[in-house]
Amino acid sequence: MTLAARPAGAMTATALASFAASRRRQAVIAVAGLTLLCLLLTIVAIGQGAFAIAPGRVAEILGTRLFGDAAELQGRDALVVLNIRLPRVLLGLLVGAALAVSGALMQGLFRNPLADPGLVGVSAGAGLAAAATIVLGDRLLAGMAMKLPFAALPFGAFCGGLISTLTLYLIATRQGRTSVATMLLAGVALGALAGALTGLLAFLSDDRQLRDLTFWSMGSLGGASWTKLFVIAPIVLPLLLAVPLLARGLNGLMLGEAEAYHLGIPVQRIKALAIVLVAISVGASVAAAGVIGFVGIVVPHLIRLAIGPDHRLLLPLSALGGATLLVAADIVARMIVAPAELPIGIVTAALGAPFFLWLLLRRASTLDG
Amino acid sequence: MPSLRTRFASLRSRPQHRELGAAIGLTLLAATGLIAPATIGGALAQTPERIVVAGGVITEVLYALGLEGKIVGVDTTSQFPAEALRDKPSIGYVRALSAEGVLSLKPSLVIAVEGAGPPDAVSLLNEAGLKLARISEDNSPEGVVTKIEAIGAVAGAAEPAKRLAQQTKARFDELATLRTALPAKKKVLFVLSLQNGRVLVGGRNSSADSIIAMAGGVNVAAAVEGYKPMTDEAILAAAPDVVLMMRNSGGHNATPEELFAMPAFAQTPAAAGKSLVRMDALYLLGFGPRTPAAARDLMAELYPDAKIPPLKTAAATAQ
Repeated sequence: MTLAARPAGAMTATALASFAASRRRQAVIAVAGLTLLCLLLTIVAIGQGAFAIAPGRVAEILGTRLFGDAAELQGRDALVVLNIRLPRVLLGLLVGAALAVSGALMQGLFRNPLADPGLVGVSAGAGLAAAATIVLGDRLLAGMAMKLPFAALPFGAFCGGLISTLTLYLIATRQGRTSVATMLLAGVALGALAGALTGLLAFLSDDRQLRDLTFWSMGSLGGASWTKLFVIAPIVLPLLLAVPLLARGLNGLMLGEAEAYHLGIPVQRIKALAIVLVAISVGASVAAAGVIGFVGIVVPHLIRLAIGPDHRLLLPLSALGGATLLVAADIVARMIVAPAELPIGIVTAALGAPFFLWLLLRRASTLDG
Repeated sequence: MPSLRTRFASLRSRPQHRELGAAIGLTLLAATGLIAPATIGGALAQTPERIVVAGGVITEVLYALGLEGKIVGVDTTSQFPAEALRDKPSIGYVRALSAEGVLSLKPSLVIAVEGAGPPDAVSLLNEAGLKLARISEDNSPEGVVTKIEAIGAVAGAAEPAKRLAQQTKARFDELATLRTALPAKKKVLFVLSLQNGRVLVGGRNSSADSIIAMAGGVNVAAAVEGYKPMTDEAILAAAPDVVLMMRNSGGHNATPEELFAMPAFAQTPAAAGKSLVRMDALYLLGFGPRTPAAARDLMAELYPDAKIPPLKTAAATAQ
C-alpha cells in the first residue's frame, strides 16, 4: 500500500507489476473473505433470535419450505423463521447493499470522500415526507373517517425522496449539463429547508408522534415482511445491476470531468443514471427501514482502504460489505435487549465507527498520499 | 434531525440507567432461554394464561386485580408498580414492539393499548394466531372505568374487574361532588419540564389537562395543544394561581425559590403565594384505578383552605 503514495513516474516497470499483483491478491482475499463472512452472518441471522429455535429445527423448516410440503409447516416457530426472520434478513442484505453502493457512487460522482447517499437530497425529502405522514396523516384522514393505511408512511417517504432529488437535479442542470458543485450546495440548502419543516412538524406533533419520528429517524428492519420485500426488491435491484455499467465511467471521472469527457466517457449520462438510481433505491431503502446512517459513508471507505479505488471492484464489494454490516448490526439490534429491540442506526454506528477510526489511524499515511 | 432529538430528550422523563439494567438482565434471561427452550415449552402446557402487556395502565390494572403472576412480559411504559419492570422481561417501548420478541415469551394473550405498534409487528402477532386484545385509551372518568372492565374481561377476571371498576366509579362520583363544593376555581399551569429555561407546558388534550379538570382546576395553558413550549410572556399573561410539576423527573427539580425567580413566573399570582405543587408523575398521570385518589390529592393541594376530605369510598386497590 505504501507504493500508492509514491508518484507513479518513479516506479520501475517491475515495481508496477508487483504493485498490480499485490492489489489483485488483496482483491481476491477481500472478495473471498467478505463473501464468506456475509454467508456466515446470514446463516446466524436466520438461526438466532429472541424466539429460541434449535438450529436443526430451523434447517428443517427451511428444507420443508423449499423441497417438502409447505402445508405441513404449522406452528409459531415456522412463522418466526419464514415470516419474520427470513424477510428481515433479506431486507437487511438488500438495504445494506443499496446504501453502501449508493455511497460509493456518490463519492465517485462528487469526487468527495464525505459524500453520502443523503447528498442528493433523498434523506431530507424522505424524512420530511415521513414526518408529515406521521404527524399530519391521522389528522387529515380523520376527516374522511378512515385510518392511516399501512403503506402510507413508506410510500410517502419514497415519493418525498424522489421529489427532492428531482428538484435538486433540475436546479443543478443547465443546458443539459449537471454541475455537481451546484448540486452539492443546493443540496445543503434544500436539506436545511427540509430540516426546518421537519422541525415545525415535530413542534406540531404530540408525544407519541414525536417518539414515532425519533424511532423512525434511527431506522429498523423490524417491519420487514414478504410484501415489503417484493415491493422494495424490484426498485433496488436495478441499482445493483447497473453497477458494472457505471464502474468504468466513474473510474474515468476520477481524473476530472473534462478529462473523462475526452476519454470518450458519456459523462452526463453517467451522472444522470447514477443520481436517478441512487435516489430511487435509497428512497426505497429509507421507506422500508427508516433512516440508517453510516453504512453509505463508511463501507465504501473501508473497501477503498483494503483494495484501492478501482470502481470495478469497489462497487460490488461495497454492496457485499454493506449487506454484511447491516445483517450483523441487525443481529445485535435484535439480540442485545431481547425481547425488545434497539434501533439499528445506533448499532451500525456503534459497530462501524470505532472499527473505521482504528483503520484510519493504522493507515493514515495512505490517505494523505 | 438533531432538533427533533433534543426535543425528544426534553420530553422523556425516565432515567436511562434503568433501561440499561433491564437490557443486561434481559440479555442474561434470553441466554438462559436459549439454553433451555424445552422447559419453556413444557411450562406453556400447564399455565392457562401467559399474558404480555403493552401499555402501562394495563399493567397497573392487572396488578390491582392480583393477576401479576400471569404476566410474562411488559412494555417500558409499565412503570407502576415499580416491580413490574423489575420482575418481568421488557418488550421495549409500546410503539416500537418487536414481533419476534413478543412471540419469544410464548404468550397465550397479548393485551395492548390502542396505540401499540408498529402496525407491522401487530399484524405479525395476528398472523401468529395470538389472542390480541386492544384497549382504548381514554382519560375521562368513564373511560378509566370502561378500561378497567375491558382489561379484566379479556384477562379472565371479569367479576373482580367489575368490582374494581364500580369502586373506581364510586370514587369518581364522590370526587365530582367534592368539585361542586369548591370556591372560585384556581388557575393551574402544568409544567412538564424546564430544560434550559424553556418551559414545556401541558395544553388542552394533554393528560395533565384531564387531571387538572378532575381536580377542579382550570388549565391556563388551554390555548396550546398537547405538551408545547410556552413563551415567558404568555405565562405571565396566563397568570396561573398554582404551578403543577412532576416530582423527581428529568433532573429539573427546581425549588420554589428558583422557579419563581424565573422571569416567566416572577410576576404571576403563583409566585406571590409560592404555590408550587409537585406530585408523582405515575400517580398523577396514570389514569388507572388510582386516579380518583390522585385527583383528590391534587384538589387538596390546589385548595388548601377548603379542607378537602379524603375519599370515603373504599380504596380501589387489591394489592
